Amino acid sequence: MTKKKAPPRFSRKLLAIPYGLFLGIFVVIPLLIIIYYAFTNDEGRFTMEYVKVFFNEDGEGFWAFFKSYNFKTIMQSLFISVMSTIVCLLIAYPVAYIIAKSKLKNKSALLLLFIVPMWVNFVLRINALKELLVWIGIFNKSNGWNIFNTILGMVYDFLPFMILPIYTTLIKIDNSYLEAARDLGATGARAFVKVTLPLSKAGIMSGVSMVFLPSMTNYVVSNYLTYRNVKIIGKLIDDYFTGDLWHDGSFIALVLLTFMFLVTWLTGGFKASDQNDTRGTSLW
Amino acid sequence: MVKCKSILKWFFIALVLLFIYFPIIFLTINSFNESNMIQSGWKGFSLEHYKYFFSFDNEPLRVVLQTLALAFVVAALSTLLGTVGAIGLFYSKKRINRTLSAINQIPVINAEVVTAISFALFVSFFGFDKNTFLPLIIGQMIICTPFVVLSIIPKLKQMDNNLYEAALDLGASPTKALFSVIIPQILPGIIAGFLLSVTLSLDDYVVAVYTKPDSFETISTHIYSLDSKGNYFGPRIKAAYWAFTAIIFLIIIISVIAVNIYATHKARSKKK
Repeated sequence: MTKKKAPPRFSRKLLAIPYGLFLGIFVVIPLLIIIYYAFTNDEGRFTMEYVKVFFNEDGEGFWAFFKSYNFKTIMQSLFISVMSTIVCLLIAYPVAYIIAKSKLKNKSALLLLFIVPMWVNFVLRINALKELLVWIGIFNKSNGWNIFNTILGMVYDFLPFMILPIYTTLIKIDNSYLEAARDLGATGARAFVKVTLPLSKAGIMSGVSMVFLPSMTNYVVSNYLTYRNVKIIGKLIDDYFTGDLWHDGSFIALVLLTFMFLVTWLTGGFKASDQNDTRGTSLW
Repeated sequence: MVKCKSILKWFFIALVLLFIYFPIIFLTINSFNESNMIQSGWKGFSLEHYKYFFSFDNEPLRVVLQTLALAFVVAALSTLLGTVGAIGLFYSKKRINRTLSAINQIPVINAEVVTAISFALFVSFFGFDKNTFLPLIIGQMIICTPFVVLSIIPKLKQMDNNLYEAALDLGASPTKALFSVIIPQILPGIIAGFLLSVTLSLDDYVVAVYTKPDSFETISTHIYSLDSKGNYFGPRIKAAYWAFTAIIFLIIIISVIAVNIYATHKARSKKK
């Protein structure tokens, strides 16, 4: 019996080879190339020059970095993505909560209304938003409006990614927990803070990671809605590469990459198993 | 009090829906505007933008069709690779499984621009020709395939493994058992992965712009290129895309209504 079983198991394992090769060649090697470019010069020799250029762009000394263009762009980008994430959360949580707790028969149909705009190409959607901003008269009016419009665009683009994971965790919460809390004398608000909120934490985390990181790098939104007047980290990288400054660009990409890994590692995003139904794959 | 609260709730929902849909509705209305500059206001009803869009002589329709073709090629290849990969991954040893799963997460969490640039560097490093479309197709597959794997793995976990063993014991070859036992059980995951890949490929801008042949445009790159200041024909062509947006919007509304009717129908027949 056992002898008979061994070969087929072996053959199923072999199926991992093509995808393993694909990941190795097209995902891992390109990342190694980024690291290679970040620490070598045009002649292919090792150099820390681009690290220095990044940190001391405008002058000598460590503190010069905090006055440099790169630093300003990174700070502006962080501000935009933090604001976008907060606004998304403030809109998405109540929406997900109201739908999940409603007595509607077709909750998923209502939820679908919030998700389907994703089927319109995102540049088309951003284009729609831009035309509206032009019509209202706040398009490219001042720097303040440009920042506002960028945040608006990020929220407009990423809101479904926040609603979906939060809804998925809320709908799974067993109502008897809440009933128990109420029976034990908790008020509605207290039961929410002590029971519902902690139980939906996974959804919030997943949503935050899906809004926070992309809104630092999705430069299509910021470019399109501000005539390229607002720069975010993604645009910084793009500028270096379109300007053929591959080495500088690679170093910033590497900084961003490290940051992403840190954030993901801290929020536990590497555990693929809890990701699958919150990452939007349950959409269909 | 309770009623007031519930009104407030639904008012909030309506407000958010308005925020989501208003720009698209606004564009839909303007797709019937004779003018192609929104600043100049309403210049009268016209189907001009639709005529322009539906003519093969003009760029938009061609771009839409070739973007769709690309999406289907990318999605089909990603689904094939991802399905085979997911099955292989699932039955691999723990260490290989863990390593591959972690690498699989990289394109998912990584900023698209970093994925795109690292792959573009790879393409130029080894001197691949962008005009062969291979960099574009592979580049988009890097984005799509991990999601295919992620949507199939849970189905494999839910699957009753004894069925496969039973099929083998009853004399089926491993290939036969794979196609008639495993594949049918994970089919919903495969379909989900395919559809997700189509949407991801249609939506992609960053990877496409770095890896596409110079003369080839996708919907995303085309609209984006129209936005540059000096483009004289930009507004004309962009208005044709308003018509396209309106058509997509209509399709979406119809499908949501269809899903709704189907769901109520299903609920009713269950009651009987």
